[in-house]
Formats: sequence, C-alpha cells, structure tokens
Amino acid sequence: MIIGTAKESYPADEALLTTAPQRVWMTIFVIALIAAPFVLSNYWLYLACLAMINVISATGLNVLTGYTGQVSLGQAAFMAVGAYTVAYLERSLGTPFLLNILAGGVIAAAIGLVVGLPSLRVKGLYLAIATIAASFILHFVFVNWTAVTNGNSGATLAPATVFGIELATYDRLYWLIMPFAVLLVWGAANLFRTRIGRAFIAIRDRDISAEVLGIPLLRYKLMSFAIASFYAGIAGGLWAYLFRVVTPESFPFLTSIFLLAAIIVGGMGTILGGILGAVFMTLTPELLRVVVDLASVFVPDAATLLSPVRTIVFGALIVGFLILEPRGLTEIVDRIRRFFRLWPFRT
Amino acid sequence: MSKGPARLDVQGVTLTFGGVRALNDASFTAEAGSITAVIGPNGAGKTSVFNCITGFYRPTAGRIVLDGEDITKVRPPARAARGLARSFQNIALFHGMTVLDNIKLGRHAYMKTNLLQAFFYAGPAKREEEALRREVEERIIDFLEIDHIRNKSVSVLSYGLQKRVELARALAMQPRVLLLDEPVAGMNREETEDMARFILDVKEEWGTTIVMVEHDMGLVMDISDHVTVLNFGEVIASGTPKTVQNDPRVAEAYLGSGDPQALVKRIEREMAS
Repeated sequence: MIIGTAKESYPADEALLTTAPQRVWMTIFVIALIAAPFVLSNYWLYLACLAMINVISATGLNVLTGYTGQVSLGQAAFMAVGAYTVAYLERSLGTPFLLNILAGGVIAAAIGLVVGLPSLRVKGLYLAIATIAASFILHFVFVNWTAVTNGNSGATLAPATVFGIELATYDRLYWLIMPFAVLLVWGAANLFRTRIGRAFIAIRDRDISAEVLGIPLLRYKLMSFAIASFYAGIAGGLWAYLFRVVTPESFPFLTSIFLLAAIIVGGMGTILGGILGAVFMTLTPELLRVVVDLASVFVPDAATLLSPVRTIVFGALIVGFLILEPRGLTEIVDRIRRFFRLWPFRT
Repeated sequence: MSKGPARLDVQGVTLTFGGVRALNDASFTAEAGSITAVIGPNGAGKTSVFNCITGFYRPTAGRIVLDGEDITKVRPPARAARGLARSFQNIALFHGMTVLDNIKLGRHAYMKTNLLQAFFYAGPAKREEEALRREVEERIIDFLEIDHIRNKSVSVLSYGLQKRVELARALAMQPRVLLLDEPVAGMNREETEDMARFILDVKEEWGTTIVMVEHDMGLVMDISDHVTVLNFGEVIASGTPKTVQNDPRVAEAYLGSGDPQALVKRIEREMAS
C-alpha cells in the first residue's frame, strides 16, 4: 500500500517515474530488454525486433492521433518512405546505416508536413480520408518511380555493417533496433512533460480555446504530423534492414489500420498504450499459433483446422477489447496499480 | 516579465452577421487596473464584444485598441502574447488533462522550449518546466486555494471549481487584461462570494485590468469600478455602478418602459433597419 508520495522538490514530482514500484518495474524491464538476445530463440528474437519496430511506429501515430486528435491512416505509407529512403541510400550511395535511418525519418517527416496541410481545414473522418488519399498517391509513386524504388520487383539491400560486422542475424539486429525503440519512446514521453506535448493535447480536447491560449493551430498540427511521420520513417528504415527487401507491397494499407488498431487496443493518448498495443497486435497471432501447435499434439490436422480459427479469435479479441476495455490495455494496468495502492484494504 | 495592467479601448465596434446587427457602434474603455463590467439583457451583444476583443470575430467596423496599439487585425494567438486572457461562459478547460497541466497551458505563449529540447527534456526545457511548476504552485495554486485538486482530471471537478481552474489558467497567461465571461454563472452564493473575493484579489495583488460580462447584478454592483450597459448591440449607459443603477434607460432595457407605444415604435425601427 502506498500512503502518499511525499516529494520535497518540484523536479522530483515532475520526474517520469515517481514511485518506488515504478522504478522497480522499470529496472526489471530494462534487465529483460538487455537479457533478451541471450535468452530468446532466433524466431522469438525476430518477433521482438518486429514488435519494437511496430512500437516505434505506433508511438508516432499515438502522438498524432491519440494525443493531438488528428486521425491518420497514412502511417504505413510513411514507413514505406523511410524504408525506400534507406534502401536507396544503401544501394546507390552506400552511406553509413545510422545516417540512412535518420534520413529515412527526416524525409518521411518532410512528406508528413505536406500530408498534414489539410488538417487545418478538415477534421475527423475527412482528415482520415485525406491521409488515405495521400498513402495511395505514395503507393503509386513507389510502383512507378523505378529509378529509385525499382518498381514492383522491389529493392534489395545489403545488411547494415558496423566496424565491418554485418548486422544480418536477429541477435545483432536486436542491438540496432532496441536502442532506437527505447530512445524514441523515451523522447515521446518527454515531449508530454513540456509545453509542446500540452499544446498537442489542448488541440485534441478543444482547439478553439487552445488558440486563445496562444497556440498556433497549424504549426502544432503540422509538428505533430512531422513527428508521427518521423517515427514511421525510422521504423520503416529499421524494417528495411530487418527484411532487406522493400517492395510497394511491404507496407500495405492494412498496416496503417493495424497501427491504428494497435493504439486503440493499447490506449490512445498514453505512451504505455502505444507500447502495449503494438506488442499485443504483433505477438497475439504468434501466441495463438503456439496454442494451435500445442493442440496439434492431441488433434490430428489441427493446423489446417485451427488456423482460420486463429484469425477469427484475433479479430474477436480486438472487438472484445473495444467493448470491454474502451480505454485500452493501459486501463487494465492502471486498475492493477490502483488495486495494489490500497492493498490489502478494499475500496 | 509581466508589463503591468493595460488600458483597453473598444472604439465604435460594429459587427453584422448577414442582416443581423449584433453590435452597433459600441464603444467603452476599460481603464488600466480597474474592473469594468459589461451588462445587458440576453442577446444584447455582450459575448459578441468579448469575441471581438479576443479576435474570434472580426468587427465590420471600429477598432480594438490595447494600450494605444490597434489590435483589430491581430490573430488570437498573437493577442494572447500581448497579454489578453479570457475565460469562457461555458467552461473551456481541457478535459483530458490534470488541473496542473491545464494551468501550465496558460503560459504556453511565453515559453521557448523547442521540439529537440522537449524530446530530450534537457537543459532549457527542464529548467523552464521546473520554473513554471514552481511559479504555478506558489503564485496561482496557493492563491486560488486549489492545491488539493492539482493532480485531478478537470472532468471530475464541480462546476465552481472548474470555473476557478479556468481563472487560474487565465492568470498563468500573465494577463494585462483579463476578460471573464460570466465568472459566476450557475454558482451558488458561497461559490459566488469566493469568486468575487478572488476577482478583487486579482485586481489588488496582480494589478490586472479586468473586464467581465455578468448577469449577477449583486456581484456587478459590488465589485466593479465601471459599468457599461448594452442593449440590442448599442451602449445605452456607462458610468459608475451607482449612476448606471439610477439610469432610466437601463431600467427600461431590463424591464421595458411599460409604454406600449414605445414598444411598437421600437419594433418598427427594428424592422426598418
């Protein structure tokens, strides 16, 4: 039970983690992150890499949709921009991989600024449609600008190398992707401790009074689009190094919906929500597959019988979350925290 | 940082929506460091005046002058930066945030943290946020007696407390002119008295020019230095609470003159214009 958090200074109260249990959990989490490549099998490491890429992209989308209230269905297209940027730079110029990934983020952010322009005039579903339009235009560009993208046959690229070591295996790629995920999530959390993050939430909650408080709407909406696209670009760049081939179908429109579903399931407008949602959406189909595999010991032909069921169960889980837990997985975490705050006394 | 109270002049402001004339050549002055009340029957144009002052509406004619500077064409965010703060008739707080964050938002326009500093929460961003937290706690939260709710979400607060948080947010804007749109509407007597005390304290301790729209005549007569009465978009009386109270035109605007001929004439005049 926590009786109170007695802070003696304002900086202590403004810290990201304010209670002892939070710090303990964070320590455990960090140890798990570092230990993972030594413990997990190759396949699960691949899934961890994929989950972290999705965490980065979902966190970016959460800044835009969850915190700023601008619905976007273009996140996958921005990931593709990042991936193609990395592929092009790696193939044509052979620049260092860190620079390539950053360039992917920056170029995606620049395109995000343009795509964000309609947001001053249109809101909600209309803005969502505008972002869909943008992502189909980008898809067209990927297919037809063959000089850069190699068109439908796709662009293959060499693995990232650091001091002559090729980051070709998942345990090595993990050390490329994990720091990016940690840094970007931490940065997003920091954003909402400052005036910039507050301005985003103000625009989401009540844009007119945000303007009276001296928040220029267009500048902040565009900033939010740029941040979301930057995160998507970085995620796409990492994705390119993970799969080493980028085609126009690598980031289908469905990925945008997948990411939107991730932040809804995880909890819109919370940093933890982006993480939990992306991990849940990436790993649940795999966990269900493991269940099917276990079942096939007892039931012959389980794989053929149960794999369609797997998709249905996954869909049902998402629908169930929307109905039973509309504020997402973070709400479950909060409820557990509230329970232990008063434990062993009952409310 | 604060540059002291400012004088606000509304000069001959006319505002038309299609054929409807919401304001007609309305003029009044809020002297620096005073409390000015704008009163009038429903639909008299009080909130329209406010929206012209804060820049939501662009007047069809006339000027808004802040300390000698014509701000008629200045956009709302830039007006905020010049020291114009307002509260809303229907509270306009941000419901997804805590009281503390709502108040901190008031200072937005004065802060300098850029995106990169915010991302790393490093150097200037950290210093600026900590200084803001200290000031908000020590100057505003203590002053308005809302320390017990600072970490609560505003959506769970009572109406009276929400109004107080809105005042707190307006104060965080370091206003030179504070515009209050019906600060005590819907409050019980105790809450009204608290709010009256806070408004007077703001005037005394912060030396802010206050302009308020209010229906509660008790409050208006008690605390204002100057009262402007609007009726059908026109200023019909202006002066100290006492002179306005005894002005027959004011009584007529609120109660009617009791003369049917006068009413017919007024309707004819309305139809003609």
